[in-house]
Amino acid sequence: MTDTATLAQKPLAPGLNRDDARSAAREVRKRRLQAFLFVTPLLIFILFSFVAPITTMLYRSVYNPTVADLLPDTLVALQEWEQSDESPSDAVLTQFAIDLKRLANDRTSGRLADEINRALPGMSSVVKSTARAVRRVDDAELAANGPALLIDANDRWAEPETWRAIKDAGRAYSLDYYLTSLDLERGSAGEIQARDTQIYVKLYTKTLWMALIITVATVLLGYPLAYFMANTSTSLSNALMVFVLLPFWTSLLVRTTAWIALLQTNGVVNSTLQAFGLRDDPLELLYTQFSTIIAMTHILLPFMVLPLYSVMRGIDSSYMRAAMSMGSRPLAAWFRIYLPMSLPGLSAGALLVFIISVGYYITPALVGGTDGQMISNIIAFHMQQSNNWELAAALGALLLLLILVLYWLFDRFVGAANIKLG
Amino acid sequence: MTDIKSDVFLKFDDVKKSYDQKTLVVKGFNIDVQQGEFITLLGPSGSGKTTVLMMLAGFESVTSGVIAIEGKSINKTAPYLRNIGMVFQNYALFPHMTVAQNLAYPLTVRNMSKADIKARVAEYLALVELEDFGSRFPAQLSGGQRQRVALARAMIFEPTLILMDEPLGALDKNLREQMQYEITRLHKKLGFTVIYVTHDQAEALSMSSRIAVFNDGIVQQCAAPAELYERPSNAFVADFIGENNFIKGQVERISDGLAHVTVPGGATVIAQTSDGLVVGASCQVSVRPEKLFIHPTTHAHDNEMTARFISRIYVGDFIRYYFRLPDGTDIVIKMLNDLSAPEFSDGQDGKLLWLTSDCIAFPAAT
Repeated sequence: MTDTATLAQKPLAPGLNRDDARSAAREVRKRRLQAFLFVTPLLIFILFSFVAPITTMLYRSVYNPTVADLLPDTLVALQEWEQSDESPSDAVLTQFAIDLKRLANDRTSGRLADEINRALPGMSSVVKSTARAVRRVDDAELAANGPALLIDANDRWAEPETWRAIKDAGRAYSLDYYLTSLDLERGSAGEIQARDTQIYVKLYTKTLWMALIITVATVLLGYPLAYFMANTSTSLSNALMVFVLLPFWTSLLVRTTAWIALLQTNGVVNSTLQAFGLRDDPLELLYTQFSTIIAMTHILLPFMVLPLYSVMRGIDSSYMRAAMSMGSRPLAAWFRIYLPMSLPGLSAGALLVFIISVGYYITPALVGGTDGQMISNIIAFHMQQSNNWELAAALGALLLLLILVLYWLFDRFVGAANIKLG
Repeated sequence: MTDIKSDVFLKFDDVKKSYDQKTLVVKGFNIDVQQGEFITLLGPSGSGKTTVLMMLAGFESVTSGVIAIEGKSINKTAPYLRNIGMVFQNYALFPHMTVAQNLAYPLTVRNMSKADIKARVAEYLALVELEDFGSRFPAQLSGGQRQRVALARAMIFEPTLILMDEPLGALDKNLREQMQYEITRLHKKLGFTVIYVTHDQAEALSMSSRIAVFNDGIVQQCAAPAELYERPSNAFVADFIGENNFIKGQVERISDGLAHVTVPGGATVIAQTSDGLVVGASCQVSVRPEKLFIHPTTHAHDNEMTARFISRIYVGDFIRYYFRLPDGTDIVIKMLNDLSAPEFSDGQDGKLLWLTSDCIAFPAAT
């Protein structure tokens, strides 16, 4: 409608009347609608299968209502308690004892134990044993004598630290999981401090470092290959292309297991070395960072070669010849002329390999051991083993943020326009 | 190769090239080029002319023979040490550099000072009339402008020899003529030597001091444009350069450098002889379409033969007549579009007339 409205005000070229303009605008609208219809199925699919799950996952990293749902009354009572060195008032403890009894009878006290344990390790057994203790006490007795009963069951209920943990865990919205992801925690006065155990920052750094090594390795292996393929006869380059694509035809799992067969203690590499007398004792190759890097370099190499090849094939040999005819040595000509011209393919390949390897899961899981684990493995661990989806979501969100920042840096210094996949 | 005369600038001495060790692409190429000459290598595609150029530039190795500049063999000299400027068919302007950076490239390679480079780039931009285009990228230029930049880039480091590999092939007709003029102007002004490769004979004829006509790896004839056109040394050159009619016949006798040839229909025509013509053998007499006239005419003539009129095509500035000889050969005649252009009806016989000095008898193709 706005189209026709603006059209009506615009001065028209001679010979073009309002009806002509309107019918031209209708034509444009129709074409736009058609274009939109073409992508609608994919749009809907992506919305339901990708955008929605990712959004809920990210939401989960800041929103955890479990404790708030389990202990609504206790948390209301706790609101008045200043986070000081003193325990909260008896009213709070009484309310908690009543809540805990209800949970114990509902058989949901276990969930509460898990949640509080996450905020303050060691609390799981405390909550569970106390729940058992208050389960059979009648309501009047609890209302009168709640605090004493709690402290009798376990004296940690007298410590302010415990209540701080409950109050923290009770916040439905919190950034605590992001703090944990960065190896930080809230101190007793609510200040942010480093945690005793440093895990995640080190893991992020290691992941980035390994991705960088893998990217550099694929460049070193892929660039000369792509150059050769782009400058040789079509039949030979087609044959080589089959070999480049061959890895895509076999399952990722098979390729990774092949590396296990190669690298394990009694594997192909070690037995060959020993057979030739080059080593007496087998090398520790598998379950190391080295094995992760070498296997991932192999798996990700096509992602480097393909964009490089397609860009290089478009670079005519006359550019290098022109540079040399002007007196430039081959290496200098390559650096000043060929490299900048192949940069779109190089950056596309490097970005592709780097981003894929930063989030890679299966290969480090299979051949990485403890040393070669990457950030996605710890995310998987929190999803599957420790059941801490909130932390997994926070770690994943940070990973996403990290990649976006790297992409932004790349765009800043190389230019996203310099990416070309074909 | 020290015994070459001092005025020979560039010499090819029996240069051969084979890619597959079985066949020769260039079969013994010889030429002596003087300083400042404009030599064109002309020939159909696959005739070996580009290979010769690539060997000269150093991008292809020489299988045997010697290429020498100023008496010194450059067979083993690396391309970047030859100091030969080159213009490529696709211009090969570096797309990531501006026009000025493109021009500066050969100078930076030679470690010239920044101020000198700037002055020289400005000078050459002015030379090709692109003063205001220094900061543009090649993609922002038109085809003709790119061609000028490529030309300036090949000249800017003042090489004594510039190679051009079909540099005008990608331009449309008008622009091509304009650039032919431009290249000729620069060549006259700066006096460098040019080796120019093309398959366009009009281009070759209008620009060159000498043309080497290539076919099948061999130079068929190397001569100045007028001589090539007027006195082709064999049937290939006669056919390849310009348009030509070939009348099959039998050599009756040869006397005083003139061949008497019996042509289809029984008439005898007199033609210039060429190498390899034998009395009694079959031959072909070549006559250019514009040298043929139709009776009645005021033009001088001493040969005549009868042929059947087929059609007449109106081209504009001239008219093309098609006649057929008794043996089935088609003859083309080009006549100026003036009042003397005759009308014919289908199947009518006409008399074709021409001068002995305008026709050459070549041995028949085997």
